[in-house]
Amino acid sequence: MRRSLALVFVLALAGCGGSSSSSSQGTTSGHPCAQGSLPLVNAGQLTVGTDNPAFPPWFGGAPKSPWKVSNPASGQGFESAVAYAVADKLGFVESDVKWIVVPFNTSFAPGPKKFDFDINEISYTPARAKVVDFSDSYYNVDQAVVARRGTKIATAQSTADLQQYKLGAQIGTTSYTYITEFIKPSKQPAVFDTNDAAVAALKNGQIDGLVVDLPTAFYVTAAQVPNSKIVGQFPTSDAGERFGMVFQKGNKLVGCVNHALNQMKADGTLQKIQDKWLAKVGGAPILH
Amino acid sequence: MSGAEGRRGALIATLSTVVFFTALALLITHAPGWPEVQKTFFDWGQFKDSLPDIARAFLLNVKIFLIAEAFILVLALLLAVVRSLPGPAALPLRILGIAYADFFRGVPTILVIAMLGFGAPALQLKGVPLSTTFWGIVALVLVYTAYVSEVYRAGIESVHPSQDAAARSLGLTHWQSLRTVVLPQAVRRVIPPLLNDFIGLQKDTALVGFLGSVEAFKQSQIDAAATFNYTSYVAAALLFVALTVPLARFTDWLVLRDRRRRQAAGS
Repeated sequence: MRRSLALVFVLALAGCGGSSSSSSQGTTSGHPCAQGSLPLVNAGQLTVGTDNPAFPPWFGGAPKSPWKVSNPASGQGFESAVAYAVADKLGFVESDVKWIVVPFNTSFAPGPKKFDFDINEISYTPARAKVVDFSDSYYNVDQAVVARRGTKIATAQSTADLQQYKLGAQIGTTSYTYITEFIKPSKQPAVFDTNDAAVAALKNGQIDGLVVDLPTAFYVTAAQVPNSKIVGQFPTSDAGERFGMVFQKGNKLVGCVNHALNQMKADGTLQKIQDKWLAKVGGAPILH
Repeated sequence: MSGAEGRRGALIATLSTVVFFTALALLITHAPGWPEVQKTFFDWGQFKDSLPDIARAFLLNVKIFLIAEAFILVLALLLAVVRSLPGPAALPLRILGIAYADFFRGVPTILVIAMLGFGAPALQLKGVPLSTTFWGIVALVLVYTAYVSEVYRAGIESVHPSQDAAARSLGLTHWQSLRTVVLPQAVRRVIPPLLNDFIGLQKDTALVGFLGSVEAFKQSQIDAAATFNYTSYVAAALLFVALTVPLARFTDWLVLRDRRRRQAAGS
């Protein structure tokens, strides 16, 4: 792990034009990652995309139009805090960061993008990486299954126990892939356009179990579906699943963002943000 | 028209059709960007991979269509009859019928589907079904009943009032006249527009996928989301077209037959 991190670090630096590892390099003019020479969608500002509503624990703060549930521009919540920390390393002040609404499934679809990067619990997959570029990981994630208390599925102990139930997930997500490729249920899983719709179906009892990433599972059980519980989390796959920021394919900014992420990993900023916003994300029983 | 002239006409028609479509095909396949279009929308490997799943999911579309259609045919006729009830006492029923048709023709179908499919089960009432397919069908029946009742009504109003008057003068009641004189003529006249609405219904079964049911469009979306190749959409489109085209040609044929009959009767 240590070695692969170091390797990533070196690669990121190479992507940034092989600068020294000094952490204040980000703002030096003439440097490829200097704020003035960054390839930006809108000059002078960092345009960041995410879906609306933006849910805790990824985003926090009081909702402010057009944002529902929370406000990405608040700097509160894990992903908002990460975005502002990256912006800071790139030499932006808080008011330079502009948030735009980008539906989850269009964020990593092929084609030109209106954002510099999108941060929206997007897992790296090889298929996605063919059509957009990903930053390095800012969070290593596990998938989990949520059910209503008192239902039969809530007592499931293993992945095999889940097979007989009606499961659901959002379309195009790694959660959905998890259902079809690892759980392989006997009932056709329900597939929803948004995670909100999938949560509504769980609440209504139209599906028995909802598969989402673990931090989202904690939010679903705490705030969205009363009387629900995390049945368990799935064992981390060999390759591991990780969230990355998404860039338009070929965007040179990705090297600079990776540089910033590495600085944040080295100086403990990322860990601090994670401790602050994802502290409640403890372990859940592992379903083998 | 002599035989020779007819043959010459057929030859010209064939020739012009072949030349036109060959030129069109060449123009498209030699346009810049065609290889990308082909790779994105007409990838044979993707097509073969995605078609079996989509075809299986398409059975759900057919099921939804058949069930909904049966209910729509009956309920829409009922609504049309209510709207054409005579007499001042029936005014509240007529108002209700008009309000219903106005409301469900005005509201987007997908909205009705979302409202019922997620909303009704959220009531958590005993005996309220949870099945998304069930609520999808209910929503389609509600919306299409409003459209189809208008078609029926147009048919009823196209029957000349003298027909009803003649029937009544023979001692038939309003209901008897409606059932034996007016409706048989009315329904025959509106069969083509009725079928037209059913073509619309066939397509709109795809909207039920919004509730999480995996029908053909949803299945093709799943494939497209996994591969970023949109051939699966083309596969689903072909399945829908394969179902609607025969119905469209059948409708054309009915219209033609009806016109010929009326011309024959008129001469």
